[in-house]
Amino acid sequence: MCLIYNAENRAVDAKAHNESLIAHGLTKTYHTGEIEIRALRGVDFELKPGELVVLLGPSGSGKSTLLNILGGLDTPTAGTLTFRDHNLTAADEHGLTMFRREHVGFVFQFYNLIPSLTARENVALVTEIAAAPMSAEEALALVGLEERIHHFPAELSGGEQQRVAIARAIAKQPEVLLCDEPTGALDSKTGILVLAAIERVNRELGTSTAIITHNTIVASMADRVVRIADGLIASTEHNAKRVSASELAW
Amino acid sequence: MRVLNHKLFRELWRLRGQVLAIALVIGSGVAVLIMGLSTLESLSVTTDAYYERYRFAEVFTGGRRVPERIAERVAAIPGVQFVETRITQYATLDIEGFAEPVVGRLTSIPETGQPILNQLALQSGSWIETGRHDQVILNKPFAEAHDLGPGDSFTALINGHRRTLEIVGTALSPEFIYALGPAALLPDDERFGVIWMGREALEAAFDLDEAFNDLSLTLLRGINPEPVIAELDELLEPYGGVNAIPRAEQISNWFVMNELNQNRVVSTILPAIFLAVAAFLSHMVLSRLIATERGEIGLLKAFGYSNIQIVWYYTKLVLAIALLGCIIGAVIGALLGRYSTENYANLFDFPLLIYRPSSTAFFIAVGSSTLATVLGALVAVRRAARLPPAEAMRPPAPAVYHRGILSRFGVTDWLDQPTRIALRQIARWPLRAALTTAGMALSVSLLVMALQWNDTIDFIAESFFYNTQHQDLIVGLAEPQPLNTLHEFERLPGVLRAEPSHIVPADFTVGTRHHRGGLSGVAASNLLQPIHDDESGTDLTVPADGILLGSYLAAKLGVGIGDKVWIDVLEGRRPGGYVSVTDVFETTIAMPAYMNLDALNRWLKQRPVAEYFSLLVDSRSDAELFAKLKEIPAVSAIMVKRAALDAFYETIGAQLLIFITIFTGFACTLGFGVAYNSTRIALSERGRELATLRVLGFTRAEISYVLLGEVAILILAALPVGCLAGRALTLWLARAFDTELFRMPFVIDSSTYGFAVLFALAASAASFGLVRQRLNHLDLIRVLKTRE
Repeated sequence: MCLIYNAENRAVDAKAHNESLIAHGLTKTYHTGEIEIRALRGVDFELKPGELVVLLGPSGSGKSTLLNILGGLDTPTAGTLTFRDHNLTAADEHGLTMFRREHVGFVFQFYNLIPSLTARENVALVTEIAAAPMSAEEALALVGLEERIHHFPAELSGGEQQRVAIARAIAKQPEVLLCDEPTGALDSKTGILVLAAIERVNRELGTSTAIITHNTIVASMADRVVRIADGLIASTEHNAKRVSASELAW
Repeated sequence: MRVLNHKLFRELWRLRGQVLAIALVIGSGVAVLIMGLSTLESLSVTTDAYYERYRFAEVFTGGRRVPERIAERVAAIPGVQFVETRITQYATLDIEGFAEPVVGRLTSIPETGQPILNQLALQSGSWIETGRHDQVILNKPFAEAHDLGPGDSFTALINGHRRTLEIVGTALSPEFIYALGPAALLPDDERFGVIWMGREALEAAFDLDEAFNDLSLTLLRGINPEPVIAELDELLEPYGGVNAIPRAEQISNWFVMNELNQNRVVSTILPAIFLAVAAFLSHMVLSRLIATERGEIGLLKAFGYSNIQIVWYYTKLVLAIALLGCIIGAVIGALLGRYSTENYANLFDFPLLIYRPSSTAFFIAVGSSTLATVLGALVAVRRAARLPPAEAMRPPAPAVYHRGILSRFGVTDWLDQPTRIALRQIARWPLRAALTTAGMALSVSLLVMALQWNDTIDFIAESFFYNTQHQDLIVGLAEPQPLNTLHEFERLPGVLRAEPSHIVPADFTVGTRHHRGGLSGVAASNLLQPIHDDESGTDLTVPADGILLGSYLAAKLGVGIGDKVWIDVLEGRRPGGYVSVTDVFETTIAMPAYMNLDALNRWLKQRPVAEYFSLLVDSRSDAELFAKLKEIPAVSAIMVKRAALDAFYETIGAQLLIFITIFTGFACTLGFGVAYNSTRIALSERGRELATLRVLGFTRAEISYVLLGEVAILILAALPVGCLAGRALTLWLARAFDTELFRMPFVIDSSTYGFAVLFALAASAASFGLVRQRLNHLDLIRVLKTRE
């Protein structure tokens, strides 16, 4: 109950402050040796409060680059990125670190847990430095791992490890949750469990969520589906009704 | 295999920081070994060549006045090869422009040319001319110290007669490599010189026609000197014979050999430490490096490369690092060896120098470091090569961690997560942690060992020059004089107090234990040269009866307070008898035995005499006093304490500064190598973890703490361990340097530990700084997008 109350409050808050993460004309050019790779060619994108967006696209389409820039892991070559009226493109290294620390949660295909810390301690890594975190136990309960909190990563299955990663990402109560192929290394049954955890976080905490996937079935759980090809947004679709993650199958 | 060779070079370049850090540590070990053994070999070879070329004698003795015909009887002793008789005597010299009196050791040489034994290496000028009683040859260091050369002259008080002597040449002699004046601890070229004069001139001066007071001889090859010495002592006894000594006990040779021996100790134990650390470091780095190459090894095997080809590839990688280290070490070692040898050659004034970079050292160093590094790496390579290719290409299973006892009982609950990460890393790989700590501890221990020399030297100076010598001058007489001579000294200008003493040679016997040394008679009211106990820090008074023994002599004889020692005095009427030990005191210098001067004189059944007078002087009257002393015929030697102290610091200080600098440098290299490699490898192993933390919003400073925290904990743990190990190493070294003449006191100031710790921390900080640079360039995205 407490969580839901909290989430509603935050959702109201978010609307009041127009907490959207807004990108305008993002381009990103990499130089590898003499070859120039234009990963993004002018992308406009907005992640609204409480929204769940799925980004679809083939390998090399630029979706990960977009996600990394949105999360403050990378900087665009041109274009602007604003969050809460703050211009993130003008932020320095420290500014981006603070943005990630306070506002963004990441989930990757490879779970990137610290092997020497237990599930609870991996989550506590974040709660110790965040401004208004939930407790590590609460976060793990949210992903259904309250029984496994004292286990080390080596003692957890892949799906469990990914759910610890989700708990770690949302424990700070971020406004934005960015997931890059969160089910890529998992079988379908485990993958659905992980998606369900992300969905629950999105619904109960009102966290704006973006999921990168090449699995089109996942798209049906989103509010909005964005297709990316060759560094540009190819199409955007709104789902009239979100399908629950537990109803997905592949 | 050409492609693999390309890979090899690229890998070496990619790992250049670590390659260099390991190579530097290997290089340090190789350099120390080559430097030490090259110096040792060069000095040994040079000394041998010097001794042989200038026919340095093998047995030395003397008497008060021995008829020349006795020489023939000495030559007839079985085993004797050549015999040389001489006249030697001390004299005070007056060198223009030098206020203080100078002691000269007059030594006779044939007017016709080189003596049979103890020949001179003429450095300038010419030999003395027959019939010219005023011509002399000076030993070169003395001549240089006073800027004297052929054609110059000076005056000497020889047996009461003032003589002007003309210098015709300068020379060096194997007999005076370490030219020590009477009662001096170190050479002082300004105040002590050797003066070679014609035999006839000295015969006339000392009334020793057809007689000698000094004899040296060489032995036929393979002859044991002991029986010869026994016969020699018997032959010379009626002529006031002093006891013959073999070359091993000849003072100059003893010091040279002692120096070589100390070098031998230093050049065996210290390189061993460096090479051990180098082996450990290369093992640590290479095994962890190869563990990260697991996938590539699997790939190579999948392509059809054999295990042997893979092992050979990594062996080449390791050999390249070892080779680089050996080259660095060989070059630095050979240069430092040359520097160190030349430094000794200067100190010893060798007329010839054979520098021979030790090939043995090179082979030992290169062999051991290569072997150690290759063996260390092979373990890891074999482990990787044994895996089936498919398995090798899969990432290794994540490391399994367990909650430790502290964690289970909630003791660690108050720790933050980064600190837990560091502690669990250590608990997970205790051997690795122990090796890093051990490596750093060895570096600290070497620093303690190197830096403590300053403390030791200060302690010796304090103990020898301040605690036991309150006098300003000691005046030595050519012959013992009646005690009432004391009053003459008391009346000299500026003299505030004078005290007599007398030293006689004696044999000390307890059961089967035996010692030959000096027995010093000192006045009961002795204030100027107190008998100081280094242990209690108090001065002892000499009892009316009985003797006081230095602890080393007491230990040699196996006696304590209250025990009796049989003493045979080897002078005068040669009395013998039991004497009780009334006290034992701690001292670092020699093996002294003291008794009351009056008691000694009574025992000798002679009128009270003294041979030495200690003077406390008002320094304002120095010039006047020195001028007077130079005129007193009976004075044969003057020791100025301040000058002796200066000489002590100049000689030892210069030598030590080099030693301390070299070893501090090497020890810091070692510490840097350990810290850099430990952190650098931790970075490559845990880059992913650190990138994750950065993504989670940790700042660079915070992830630096996670990375460096683990190594920092190990380094902090190494500091006390290193200090203790340094203590042990110093104690071991001090004991290894022990001689009858001189004990290394075992002193380490607390500031020395402080400096050792500071140096180690500075070396660690430097390596941390370098690794921290890399953290700034951590590619978050690349790390996270790759699989674990």
